[in-house]
Amino acid sequence: MALSTPSKFGASSAAGLTERITNGKRDVKGRVVEWLLLATLGVTLLILVALIVNLLDRAWPVLNGRFGDFLSSGLDASNAQEAGVWQAIRGTLTLAIIVIVVSFPLGIACAVYLEEYASRSRLARLIRINVRNLAGVPSIVYGILGLTIFVKFAGGITGGRTVIAGGLTLSVLVLPVVVITASEALRAVPRSIREGAMGVGATQWETVRSHVLPSAAPGILTGTMLALSRAAGEAAPLLLVGGITGLLRTGNLSLWEQITDGGFTSMPVAIFSYARQTGADFQAVTAAASLILLVLVVVINGLAIWLRNRFERNW
Amino acid sequence: MFIERETMSASTTQSWTVADLRLAGGRRRTDVRMRRLFIAAGLTTLLVTGLIVYTLVKDAFSFFIDVPKHELWNIGWFPRRGFFDIKTLVVGSLMVTGVAMLIAVPLGLGVAVYLSEFARPRVRRVLKPIVEVLAGIPSVVLGYFAIAFINPNLITVLAPGANKAFNIAAAGVAVGILTIPIIASVAEDALRAVPLALREASYGLGARRVATTFRVVLPASISGVVAALILGISRAVGETMVVAIAAGAVGGGLFSTDPFQPGQTMTAAMAALGFGSDQVAGDGLAFQSLFFIGFLLFVLTFLLNLLGDRLVRRVREEY
Repeated sequence: MALSTPSKFGASSAAGLTERITNGKRDVKGRVVEWLLLATLGVTLLILVALIVNLLDRAWPVLNGRFGDFLSSGLDASNAQEAGVWQAIRGTLTLAIIVIVVSFPLGIACAVYLEEYASRSRLARLIRINVRNLAGVPSIVYGILGLTIFVKFAGGITGGRTVIAGGLTLSVLVLPVVVITASEALRAVPRSIREGAMGVGATQWETVRSHVLPSAAPGILTGTMLALSRAAGEAAPLLLVGGITGLLRTGNLSLWEQITDGGFTSMPVAIFSYARQTGADFQAVTAAASLILLVLVVVINGLAIWLRNRFERNW
Repeated sequence: MFIERETMSASTTQSWTVADLRLAGGRRRTDVRMRRLFIAAGLTTLLVTGLIVYTLVKDAFSFFIDVPKHELWNIGWFPRRGFFDIKTLVVGSLMVTGVAMLIAVPLGLGVAVYLSEFARPRVRRVLKPIVEVLAGIPSVVLGYFAIAFINPNLITVLAPGANKAFNIAAAGVAVGILTIPIIASVAEDALRAVPLALREASYGLGARRVATTFRVVLPASISGVVAALILGISRAVGETMVVAIAAGAVGGGLFSTDPFQPGQTMTAAMAALGFGSDQVAGDGLAFQSLFFIGFLLFVLTFLLNLLGDRLVRRVREEY
């Protein structure tokens, strides 16, 4: 720190000045506290390292021995040698597509309503409070909603305990995340952009479509990706709406039949299924599946964080 | 009423009427249609809350009417045998949450204070995303981590009498790990919302960084920090998969207050009822108990979130 030392203190250097101000006492307490705080950060990062090392260590027999076979085998919680993840990966991808199709347009539209059409109305305030509360509802409660509404009530349309019911349940689950992050992105777009569009005669919708949404697109995209990774890691609600945990037989059903009326599973559901089995070979299977899911989720999250930092604009 | 426009040659004057300024029919219709669509999307979120409350209340109520009341206070939670001891679940949830907070409060607040008050901007830019990665770890993975690492390497070492396979404490530690990023990010936001002027005033009076942090910044943002804790508790109470994997006692459990033994929580009990639901579906009461616990859980987390949300906004309004 470049201090210009006032001569009336009679000190000739910055160090001398510091010494006079502090009476020569060193700030031991301050140092200790700072180190303690740093230690909490260190422990937190250490947990992350321990998790990854532990997973790699346990998963090694599968990664090294039968990784290709593991990727192409189906769900089987009775025989670790036959257990794999391909049905789970396909299930997770199908669920993700449903979430993208259902939840993203709905959530973004809700955010547009809140920010562009009714930001100060009483209804908008109610919806905002409601969305924030929905974001905090435990995921298993969404499972109950899915079971009652999508599996039983709308069973004629969804086919009951199918991947469609699961996808709709996850869509509702991540809806508040999409709304909240998209709202924030829309709020960051300055007024002048909207006024510019309206000034040349655009209608509200034209303003939103041609100016506001494109300006907010990076922020919205970041939010949707965070929502997607949340959906990809969620197991609890899927257990209630019919995620298969033991053995999933697909037989000779066509892909479309498997989607519309066959059972389904997903990566987190498969991991839960394998984690409940005892024995070292199942530990390896669980760890390998966990690693795959972790990589998937971290990649989506990392991409979202990178996008946010890359396209963060200060207007 | 018309607007006059001077054209290039001053002699001719063209007049526009309001009808000319009005939108062409197609554009206006689209605009109205889109507005309705957006309002409908907004109302959908209210519908979701309405449906959650409706489905929970309806079956929770009929469970409460049908169940023999003495079964709600029994030796344990065995829904398939007709024992619906609520305190087993509530105490289990409280123990998991308590252990989780022992881990998450010091670590989460420490990380928040360090990142907000001590870390240089460049360090912060690197470390913050790593903490955010922690927030993205799926709970099933942490559930597995609890039985594969936390229990053998931490819990059974510190408490030799602990159950070797499953116990509440190991699940609690893993839930705590999940809660760290929530507490850290909400608390950090609150700390950073405190204006720089307050810190500068404190430095100007000769206070060091530690004194400034703990005597000025922390008190100034206390409602936000409390909100972080409340939202953390809400998250911990609602966590399902970690407990379902690592706390043991699938299907039922005796009332227990020992965190080093297997135990049952509200969420884990719901998961167990749900995924065995083909068997449970026949027994109406056991199946309906799912909704009853769900209702309790919903009300509990709803109140916590409402309180936390209000406190977060108080910080924002103050500065």
